[in-house]
Amino acid sequence: MAHEIPDPVGHHGTSEMVRSATSESRLARYVLIGIALCFVGLFVVVPLASVFTEAMRNGPGEFLTVLADPETFSAIRLTLIVAVIAVPLNVVFGVSAAWAIAKFEFKGKAFLTTLIDLPFSVSPVISGLVFILLFGSHSLLGPWLQSHGIQILFAVPGIVLATVFVTFPFVARELIPLMQEQGTSDEEAALSLGASGWQTFWYVTLPNIKWGLLYGVLLCNARAMGEFGAVSVVSGHIRGLTNTMPLQVEILYNEYNFVAAFAVATLLALLALVTLVLKSLLEMKFSEQIAASRRH
Amino acid sequence: MEVRVQNIRKEFGRFPALNDVSLDIRSGELIALLGPSGSGKTTLLRLVAGLETPTDGTIYFGDEDASRKTVQQRNIGFVFQHYALFRHMTVLDNVSFGLKIRPAGRRPSTADIRRRAMELIDLVQLSGLEKRYPAQLSGGQRQRVALARAMAVEPNVLLLDEPFGALDAQVRKELRRWLREIHDRTGHTTIFVTHDQEEALELADRVVVMSKGQIEQVGTPDEIYDAPISPFVFGFIGQSNILPVRVENGQLWIEDRSIGISAPGEDDGDAQLYFRPHDIELLDGSGGCIAGLVTASRRVAGTRHVELDIVASQGKVEIELPPEKTATDRSRIAFRPTRWKLFRN
Amino acid sequence: MALGVTLSWLILIILIPLSGLVWRSSVLGWSTFWALATDERTVNALRISFGTAFAAALVNVVFGVILAWVLVRYRFPGKRIVDAMVDLPFALPTAVAGIALTTLYAPNGWIGSLLAPLGIKVAFTPLGIVIALVFVGLPFVVRTVQPIMEEIDKEVEEAAATLGANRFQTISRVLLPGLTPAVLTGFALAFARGVGEYGSVIFIAGNLPYVSEIAPLLIVIRLEEFNYPAATAIAAVMLVISFVMLFVINMIQAWSRRRYGYGT
Repeated sequence: MAHEIPDPVGHHGTSEMVRSATSESRLARYVLIGIALCFVGLFVVVPLASVFTEAMRNGPGEFLTVLADPETFSAIRLTLIVAVIAVPLNVVFGVSAAWAIAKFEFKGKAFLTTLIDLPFSVSPVISGLVFILLFGSHSLLGPWLQSHGIQILFAVPGIVLATVFVTFPFVARELIPLMQEQGTSDEEAALSLGASGWQTFWYVTLPNIKWGLLYGVLLCNARAMGEFGAVSVVSGHIRGLTNTMPLQVEILYNEYNFVAAFAVATLLALLALVTLVLKSLLEMKFSEQIAASRRH
Repeated sequence: MEVRVQNIRKEFGRFPALNDVSLDIRSGELIALLGPSGSGKTTLLRLVAGLETPTDGTIYFGDEDASRKTVQQRNIGFVFQHYALFRHMTVLDNVSFGLKIRPAGRRPSTADIRRRAMELIDLVQLSGLEKRYPAQLSGGQRQRVALARAMAVEPNVLLLDEPFGALDAQVRKELRRWLREIHDRTGHTTIFVTHDQEEALELADRVVVMSKGQIEQVGTPDEIYDAPISPFVFGFIGQSNILPVRVENGQLWIEDRSIGISAPGEDDGDAQLYFRPHDIELLDGSGGCIAGLVTASRRVAGTRHVELDIVASQGKVEIELPPEKTATDRSRIAFRPTRWKLFRN
Repeated sequence: MALGVTLSWLILIILIPLSGLVWRSSVLGWSTFWALATDERTVNALRISFGTAFAAALVNVVFGVILAWVLVRYRFPGKRIVDAMVDLPFALPTAVAGIALTTLYAPNGWIGSLLAPLGIKVAFTPLGIVIALVFVGLPFVVRTVQPIMEEIDKEVEEAAATLGANRFQTISRVLLPGLTPAVLTGFALAFARGVGEYGSVIFIAGNLPYVSEIAPLLIVIRLEEFNYPAATAIAAVMLVISFVMLFVINMIQAWSRRRYGYGT
């Protein structure tokens, strides 16, 4: 009964003579808001703003010229190719992993969940390193690959593999809690009505998880396009061939070509902003369908 | 300590939650605030606690004006509906909290705090569980921790908001009796909020019936049950029947029949007759009674509940008969209320 | 079938590459491995990585809790935008963050030029690493604490007040201790992320061996020297510590569920 009377003012009501028992003084409130805003401003907003101002330092003309550079163009193309391959792979995997974990009971489930989470807690450099150790010329597979003319490292396949490794958990992490919450009763109902396994998945499971899935895809894509450490290790930095956008940013920056570096960086920053906007929209509209794994 | 509520008004935004409420609570009394959802009973309790500030009016603790004091300064004990235990503290730490946070000057020694907390844990029959965390207790046990915690600060007044609301029926009954015992032993002035009339009538010294932000009636459980002063109280407490009647020369009539009840001193005109299902006598005759046709009959434990269509008017009533009395469908039953009340519209 | 796909994918993408790392470090032999892992430069790099990650995670605990509190409790203009901005470090590629922070904190940058007269050097020092790791770890504490804070029952605060606790006591003795598991988890996540972070750090760090060279960078350097054993050894040490962190996080959550009845 504590809340039987609606309280339109909220418990931080105005014009109270005795301060409410559950709110801070106005001063404390302002100080805390001030600290929070300064912190976000200093650590997030200012760096973001600096990306754009640095890119425009010499005016929009130069900004566009730099972007039109063929090497930059090929970096954009490579980044898109990698994302187009890596994201769908991880969607398929993520959905099947979430399905297996949420809807079935089996031994070693906890271990499986831990494994899925693993790329989150491994340094991106190590994520790249493991592929060097696997496919490099010193490895077991290396000589065999070489004799068959298969190039994995310092080429697109290596970059895709590293990206898949790094973005591995996003979709699965998003869907597992969601599917666990929804349980199996809907699917059982569909099966009892004579639907096949695929029909059940297509008409019952998928519609239930579509917004959560989209959310996972969004985060997965942002990371796939922006991954730096892992890709850097396996790419070999061949200009115009194996440089993704983040790598191109690094190269340009190290050459003291700051305007160009920041120009490419603006594209990535815009990608981040679009991701954030879409993410916020999804959270606002479908909060109940987006699981609690917001922290990743 | 006695608590006086004087002309209290409380608005949330423009929504009036309490309208000119006054109430005197005697020291050591166990009093129930009873009413349906939205009647303002919880708001009144929270105002006494200092968790809300009145829009208008004053609250006295003894002779002292408490309404300008913060909740911290009022020294009350409050038991919340969902207990609101501190989940990262053990039972012992929960109970000691109010004493531990006192400023050094008023704080008892660590040993005293512990002794006092253990006494209270013993009083609420939780000895041996003092090292448990709230998550490891049952609902009834949490409720008792909440009570011990509230009593630890030696409160001026103990306030309980729907104290048994979240418990299942069996535990509820036990705790009800037990709360009465604790009250009789400790003698705290206690106000509790409930929407359960049975709970209020069984437990309280006096019952305050509230409706729509106002007090309808204050009285002992007997007074409230036997002499309700408003149609609302009559209807809210226990079962009741309502029949439209006419007063003529101190006699009650339904349509063209006298029902054999005299109401000397009542003004002529239309009125509503209120009576309880069990406050009736069966009659044989056809005059000076209320007659109805049986539409349904149920045996409930030691009584038979019979629903009647009143012949003379369109009304329906329910009466209680001894179980051996048969009541076949559409048979005619004549009766007369032995205890009743008239209310004018 | 779903299980089959999941398992083969896991084995292919995660298990085989990782076991490659384990195998490669095991064939080194214990004494070689130990020599490589305790090489002075390696030890320094590890110390710098863990030290700066720890400091940054601490900073994030303090400000992350304040930020979460402000976002949960107060209404102010632009709140929705601030809330969304908290996730920027997740979404912004680390290389972009790296060059932006470096430009800002360089002695001639917007912030660096303000700090220079005070004698504070950020860019190309360990302090710069901490700044970058604060940026990267910012969302972790906020996003683990925020949902738990939202669930705090108002009655609990009122209960503390009725028992005589002033607002400061209520917050410091009732609300914050109740958030401990969430804060610890957030700290561990930010710390783990900081230890492995590469892209945002290498630009601002200056990468001076023994001073501001982080362990992931040293792995890259060893790789570029084709010194695979050394790279493998450093990676193995970091991997073991990552596993320990993961284990610790799981322990915190299990402990929290057992005692407080909620996980984070």
